[in-house]
Order: sequence, then C-alpha cells, then structure tokens
Amino acid sequence: MKKKLMSLLLAGATVMSLVGCGSSSGGAASSDTSSASASTEGAAASASGDTVKIGIFEPKTGENGGGGAQEELGIEYANSVRPTVKVGGKEYTVQLDWQDNQSDKTVAATAAQKLISDGVVGVVGGYGSGVCIAAGSYFSDAKVPAIGTSCTNANVTLGNDYYFRTCYLDPFQGKVMANWAYDNGYKEVATIDNIGNEYTSGLVKTFTDAFTALGGTVKDAETFQTNESDFKAILTNIKKSGVKAVFAPTDYLYAPLLLNQAADLGLSVQWIAGDTWYSNVLIKDAGDNANGVVADTFYSEGGNADFDKGFKAWIDADSSRKATNLDSDAIVGNHAVAYDAYMVMLDAIESADSFDGTKIRDAIASMDASDGFACGPYKFDENGDAIKNTSYICVIKDGAWTFQSEEKVDN
Amino acid sequence: MSLSYFIQQLLNGLSLGGAYALIAIGYTMVYGILRMINFAHGDEFMMAGYFMIYSIAVFPWFISIPIVIAATVVLGVLIERVAYRPLRNAPRMSVMISAIGVSYLLENLANYLFTAMPQSYPQIPILKYVYNFGDISVSRVTILAPVLTIVLTVLLVMLVNKTKLGMAMRACSKDQETAKIMGIRVDNVITMTFVIGCALAAVGSILYFTDRNTVQPYSGSLPGLKCFVAAVIGGIGNIPGAVVGGFIVGICQIAITAAGYSVFSDAFTFVLLFIILLVRPSGLFGEKAVDKV
Amino acid sequence: MKTSKKSIRIIADAVLVALVIGYLALLQSNTTAHSYAITIIERSCIYAVAAVSMNLIIGFTGQFSLGTAGFMCIGAYVTGIFTIPVKMRDQIYYLYGMADCIHDIKLPLIAALALSALLCGLIAAVIGWPVLRLKSDYLAIATLGFSEIVRAIFGWDGLGKITNASYGVSNIPPFANIFECVAICGVCILIMSLLIRSSYGRAFKAVRDDDVAAEAMGINLFRTKQLSFVVSSAFAGVAGGLLAVFMRSAVTSTFTVALTYNILLMVVLGGIGSVSGSIIGAFLVTGSQEWLRFLDKEYVFSDLIPGLSGTVFGSAQVPLLRNGFRMVIFSILLMVVVLFWNHGITGSKELSWARIISIPSVLRERKLRKAEEAKRREQEEAAARALEKEVRGQ
Repeated sequence: MKKKLMSLLLAGATVMSLVGCGSSSGGAASSDTSSASASTEGAAASASGDTVKIGIFEPKTGENGGGGAQEELGIEYANSVRPTVKVGGKEYTVQLDWQDNQSDKTVAATAAQKLISDGVVGVVGGYGSGVCIAAGSYFSDAKVPAIGTSCTNANVTLGNDYYFRTCYLDPFQGKVMANWAYDNGYKEVATIDNIGNEYTSGLVKTFTDAFTALGGTVKDAETFQTNESDFKAILTNIKKSGVKAVFAPTDYLYAPLLLNQAADLGLSVQWIAGDTWYSNVLIKDAGDNANGVVADTFYSEGGNADFDKGFKAWIDADSSRKATNLDSDAIVGNHAVAYDAYMVMLDAIESADSFDGTKIRDAIASMDASDGFACGPYKFDENGDAIKNTSYICVIKDGAWTFQSEEKVDN
Repeated sequence: MSLSYFIQQLLNGLSLGGAYALIAIGYTMVYGILRMINFAHGDEFMMAGYFMIYSIAVFPWFISIPIVIAATVVLGVLIERVAYRPLRNAPRMSVMISAIGVSYLLENLANYLFTAMPQSYPQIPILKYVYNFGDISVSRVTILAPVLTIVLTVLLVMLVNKTKLGMAMRACSKDQETAKIMGIRVDNVITMTFVIGCALAAVGSILYFTDRNTVQPYSGSLPGLKCFVAAVIGGIGNIPGAVVGGFIVGICQIAITAAGYSVFSDAFTFVLLFIILLVRPSGLFGEKAVDKV
Repeated sequence: MKTSKKSIRIIADAVLVALVIGYLALLQSNTTAHSYAITIIERSCIYAVAAVSMNLIIGFTGQFSLGTAGFMCIGAYVTGIFTIPVKMRDQIYYLYGMADCIHDIKLPLIAALALSALLCGLIAAVIGWPVLRLKSDYLAIATLGFSEIVRAIFGWDGLGKITNASYGVSNIPPFANIFECVAICGVCILIMSLLIRSSYGRAFKAVRDDDVAAEAMGINLFRTKQLSFVVSSAFAGVAGGLLAVFMRSAVTSTFTVALTYNILLMVVLGGIGSVSGSIIGAFLVTGSQEWLRFLDKEYVFSDLIPGLSGTVFGSAQVPLLRNGFRMVIFSILLMVVVLFWNHGITGSKELSWARIISIPSVLRERKLRKAEEAKRREQEEAAARALEKEVRGQ
C-alpha cells in the first residue's frame, strides 16, 4: 500500500510539474525577460516605474519585410527625437515593444495578442493592409488604440473604433492615379491585380471605377497569385492588347519582376503604381528598366526641411541604419507616415493625460494638430482616417525618384 | 489569336518547361534507384539560386557557373550522406519524413541565412540579350533553356546506356541486392546519381531564376513538387519521360495563366497528376511496374 | 488489489482534469492579462486535433497522406462562412457581394463545425476512392496535390460570392471562452481515441503492420483505409474550422504545404502511432515556438550578461542569434529525431499513469541491466585474457 501511495504522490507531483510548466508559459507573457525591460504585471495596459510601452506592429520578415524595415526606421527616429512622454506631470520613457507580424495574417493575430498581453498602451503600425485587418479586432476588443502607418485599405479602420491611420486611403489613391493617367493622355490601360492581396485588389477596383468614370477604358485586366514569379504569360497578353500604360499597384516585391520580364518581352509601356513601388529597392533591382515608372507617395523629400535634415543625419550616423535603408539616406513616404504615427500616438497620450486606452482613443479622434509632424497636419474623420487630400506623384528618372507633381483630390 | 502571340506564349512555356525538365530528371533518377521522393530536391534548386547570387558578387559569370554547380552537388551529396544513407534499411515512411525534414531545414536555413526578403538574381548580360523578330522578342535564356535541356538529356541518356556507370545505375534500379552481389558499389552509384541530379538542378536554377530575377527561401518548394509530378507524368525512372513531362507541365502552366486562370496554374499540375495516375499509373513512357507487396 | 489500482488511476485522472480546469479558469478569470497564454493553449489544442487526425491515417493505418492542410482549408472556410455575423457580411464580401442563398444563414459554432466535418468526410470518401489505391509515395504526392487543388478552388475568384476568394473570410466570432475551445478539442480527440481502441482501430493497425496478412484475416483493406481516411479528414476539417475561429479569419495562404509539414513535425516528434504523443507534440512544438522566440532576437553580450556593458566585449553581437534562428533549431531537432530517435517522445505506445509511474523503475532496471552486462562483459574479457595467457604460456 505504501508503494501505491508513493506512486500516487509521484503522479501528483508529475501533474503539478506539468501544470507548473503550463502556468510558467502564462507567466512568460507578463514577465517576458527577453524584452529586457521592467515588465508590466496586471491586466490593463499600464505604465510601471517610469517606462511606458508602445507596441510596434510591423512585418520584419515575409513578403513585406522591406517595407516594414523602412517604417521601423521612421519609428526609431521618432523615438530618438521624442523618447519620453509626460503624463500626470511625470516623464515616462517610451519603450518600443517590437512584434514581427511576418507579413502573415495568422502570425499577425498572435503578434497582436502578444502586444496586448505585454501591456502596451498603444500600437503603431503597420505596413500592409491584410495584416492590419487581421489584427484590428484584437486591438479594439482589448481597447488598445492603434495607428496604422501605410495600410491604405478602407477596411482597416472601417467599423473599428480603435484603429486610426496616418496615410490616405485606396479610394483616394485610386482616383489620384486614374486622374494622372487620364490627364497624361492614356485613355486605354491594362491593370494587373494580385488576387488575395487586399491592398492591390482594392486599388485596382477603385482605379478602374474612377478611370471608367473619366471616360477611359481598362482594356485588359490581368490577375496573378501571391508568390508568383513568372509574369511572362500575362505580360504577353498585355502586349497583345496594345495598351500604352499599365496600372500595377502590387506589393513592391513584384515590381522588379514585372519590369524586367516586360523588358525581355519587348513590352514598353508607361508603368503606373501605388505607394508601395515608391522604394529604392525597385531602382536597385530593376536598374534601367525602372526608368519612367510613376508612383504616388505619402511624402516627397523636400516637403519638410527639418524632418529631412534630422532624418538624414540620424541615418548617416549609424552604418547599420543606413544598411537597412539600402545604403542610402533617401527618404520615402513610409518613413514619414511611420514617424507621424508615433508622434500622433504620443500627442494623444499627452492630451489624454492618461494611459487608459479609451481616453487615448478619444484624444486621437478629437485631435487637430499641425506641429511636429513630417507630413501633417492631422485631423481624423469619423472612420479614424487622417484627412488628407494631397498625394505626391513621383517618377524614376536616371535611376532616382524625382518629384513630378502634386495631385489633389477632394474626397 | 495572332500567330506571333501564340509563338511568344509557346516560347514562354518552352523556357519554363526546360527548367522544369532539368529538375525533374533529378527526381526521376533518385526515385529510380532509391524509390523515394527526394522532397529536398526543389530546395537544393533554391539554394543553387542563392549560391549564384553570392558567387557572382565575387567572380565573373563564367567562373560562377561552375562554382554554383559544384556547390549544389556538394550540398546534394551531403544531404544524401547525412539524411538518407543512415535510413537505407528503414521503412519507406521514415525516409520520406527525413526528406521532408531536410526540405524544412533548407527552407528555414535559407530564411535565416539570406532573410525572407526576395533577393534579386544576377542578370548575366550574355543570357539576357534580347532578340527581336518582328513582334516577338525573346531573351537568349528563353531560347537557350529548351535547347540546353535537350542537349543535356541526350548526353545523360548516352551516359546511362553506354557507360559502365550507366550500366551500374540501371542494375541498381532493377535490383539493389543483386547489383551488390555482382560487385557494384551501390553507395557509390547512389552518390553519382545525386551528383548528376544536383548538377542538372543547378543548371536548371540558372535558367529558371535568370528568367524570373528573384530568389526567396520558398521559391523551390512548389516548383519542386511540380517537377516530381512531371517525372511521374513521364513515367518515373525514365529520363526522356521526365523531360517530356517537364515540358508538358511548363507549357500547361503558361497556357492556363494566359487564359486568365492564374489561380489554377499550380493546381492544374496536380490535376494532371490525378489523371495520369488514374489512366496510366506508370506514366507516359514508364514500363508497367510489376510490384509485389 | 486490482480495484484499488483502478481507483487510484481514476483519482489521478480526476486530479489531473481538476487541475487543468482550475488552470483554465485561472486564465479565463483575466483574459486580458493572460491573452498570450490563452493563445498558446488554444492554438496547441487545435493543432493537437489536427495532429491526432493525421496520426490516425499515417501512424495507425500506415497510409502516408499529406492532405491535412487541404481538409483544414475546407473546414476553415465552411466554418467561417457560416459563423460570421450577418450584418458584417456585406463589408467582408465587398469585392464580390455574398451569394444570396447563403447570405442569411448563420449557424452556431458546433453546427458549423459538424458541417465542416461532414463535408470533409464526404470529399475524403470521394477522393479516397482513387487515391487510397496508390502506394506510399504516390499517395503522399497525390494528397499533397489535392491540398493544393483545394487551395486553388477556394482562392478562385469565380467562387468569390461564396468563398470571397483568397481574400478570405474575416471577422469570425471568437470562442466564447477558453473552455469552449479546449472542450471541443477534447471531445474530438476522445472520439478518435475511442475509434482507435475499438475493433476498427485494431483493423487499422493490422493494415499498417501487414496488409497481406490483414486481408487474409478477412479485413477489407480498402474499406478500412477508406474509413480511416474519412474520419481523419473529417477531424482535420474540424481542426481547420477551429483554427479559423481562433485566427478569426480563414485565408487560403494559411493552408499551404508548410502547414501540413508543421503538423507532421508534431506527429513525428510526439511519436508516430500514439495519440498522447501527438498531443504532447502539438503542445511542445507550439509552445516552444513561442518560448524560443528569444532565439530570433539580436542581442549584444551586455544584454545577457550584466556588468559587461562598459567593455568592448559587451557591445559585441551575440553570434547566431537573429531572425529565423528559432526555426533552424526546430528543423535540426526534427532531423535529429528522425535520424537518431525515430520513436519520438512516446514511441508508438500511449502515455499512461502506469507508464509514467514506471519510468523510474524502468530507468533503474535499464541501469541495472547495463551494469550487469558490463560486469558480464568484463568477466568474459577477463576469462578470455586468462585463456589467452594460458595458451601463450604453453
């Protein structure tokens, strides 16, 4: 009998240790040592000691890793400019809590929950509409306000009271590009849509609507699947259709492929794209084939001299930052919107004078500020979208992005 | 449909099919001898793409190409030694799981070493030269792919049919035990099979990636599966069959995409597989396998 | 004697269940603070269902089917389509507009999951007819292909009115609480283990171990494989549905070949042919993928070893640690298991109290046996030496 008792005890101990393992996993959430920080215990988002956590929701890896990296630079720079936030008369050091959403909607949900259980007071990010839509409901359920950087799809903020954004929207962008195409004499175009990518499909749809409303025709609408790398078949179709311009607002990683393969096929057209193509990667990867490409962007270098100067100095000060920015100190729109998103968040925390999610949300919603931004001023409409009516059209000339014109469309 | 459009699309299909065919040969040879799907073969092909990116940064292209081929061969032989040889007498399922494990490892390793960001593949000017025939324009690599594939296949078939090594290979694929008794070093023959398969995959990777300009950690996995299907379509173990299968798969993929059904461009390959397995399980050119349980 | 042993087992089981429920209740009491832990547990449970269902066909029936991701995709979309709130539907289907015939049908979660299971089972029965006649490798590649075809069909814009194509179905209502998820998973695994213990389960194993002999014993080979495949696929569908609810969205890009491989990793790590092994594998893989996240971060030495910050050494980058390293470790682990420890954690046996209790004694016995063997060998060697000496001496 004694033996059995012993074995029962042993079993109990095993169970306990098993459960112990389990609960330590729970504990790990709140006392995550790897974040090398004073951890925050407890339910609500809170500030402990004199630090406060702001979550960064960006893709570091995956198909949009490059875009995410650029926005991270913008946020890091903003953090270096403004490392503290004042609440209740006390200075709190802002600590950035990075979570990589891997450009993947599944991982996005986990990353969002990790941020919430880390106790962040607000979230900044991210690049790519799909991941933001996937994470949005977690933020609103936990009442953590989030400020999107370059997620331009309408559904990111629609029906979500806690998601805001500092960039403009696809319907606006689609109209801008349709106007540009029509005004520059392209009455017949082809479009290339990436099925499954909210950003691209949304833009193609709004572009097509706006373009046909202007009187133009979309002669050929081609589609491809995510992760495709062979565009020869659809480019041959476009060549057959004989259009002079192609609207291809894809993720930037497809851009060099499209351009190079089009060159191989002898397809010379005016390429028109969205904000994602406004990247130096394109010039590096597509070389001469990139010349002439037109894209719009949130911000064009030269728009804000102070921001340009500070950012360039900051990038040049550290070789690893410069490497992340593809060995250049050129400024793209993503840097600016990310910088602004961080600034908006800190402004809102200060004007709410609280770390309470609902109060910060209300402060963002009622914000009307113009100072301290790269491409401000900021005021948000009832959906949580920054009210913007200007887009900057840029073109690649001799291997560099050059500003072409400012397009205004009233929503 | 104009003729020039048709020819242009056909050329697209042939160049894709050529690259597929070269990879499919590796599958069909390994399967012929070891009776296993080398799931890692597609990832070896992907690694060959990365090798090119890194070697061309240092060497001119004519030195880089042999380096890439050599590196891929070393990788393939290493994989065989470490992951497949210890399991030679293990159940088939273990070998297959090991192959999947290697594929998983290579993808994650590439993700770690080279990041998940797609990297642009070097544009070798001599391959990228564009010819124009009226409406049709093709780069040199597009024409080179099918031609090179056929030349290499002819050489390989000669090797298998005419040389001693080829005889040993055929013996091993018929019956390994007997081959061993006859004094053939089965392990050496298997290593040679991997050497040939990987060298062809490296050549295939140059043709494939030059046309597509980009390499990422997962760019080998789906083409790999498709090339295995190509090998099955041609009749597994049959080298010319694998080449024909590769061209069929490549041309079908282009045709489907051109018709506007890009969603099905990958899936259609597997539909072909189902049809072949139902109608002619031994493939187009395969011998009827008499397989005891 | 026998009854007391049994009662102890029951008590132990009860204690375990109580502890689990207690722990879950603790998590449920404050979902915001514990959301990360809840995420891991729910995800692990869902993967456990998928892993057990895969083990049913691979481990217990010996049919190397790799179609799990495809069936999960079907389950995820079906569950998603029928559970999203009706008023959200127009917003979600903004590109295509939702088909009228299903626009207003909203099912409770359980019903939607049952529908997924039914549909997956039906499809499995249909494709099983040609596919299950294939041999191991062909079966593997054909089921992988099936999984890709499913993905293409759900991603096809022609069906956009129903599936919303590859944009996927989002805003799926989450689990009411952690118990709902864990309980559904528990019931699924229970049903599968009961099936494995029944005479059908014995037939599965007979087919796996020796199909000729099994056929000679009067087992209908094809029927048995078919049954296993249908049940396995149905539960893979349920797992997919649960995953969709967990992620609150169903998108085709989730259900790639990589997902199948991931689940295979759990099965292999846990032990092919063991339900408890698959469960442990699922928890271990999911959990440690989170716990090992520190491997993915870049560190300088002073972050890890305090007091180094001033030195040159302190600002040096810790080698190897950087994004992606975690998954490399994982794949190496998988290879090690496959090559050197191919029985996985539990082997093909189930984990039971008796086995846990007997671990110390088994270890002790093994040690004793080893010691004995060493002793014997020593003696033998000594004897041999003596003999040799003797011979030399002569």
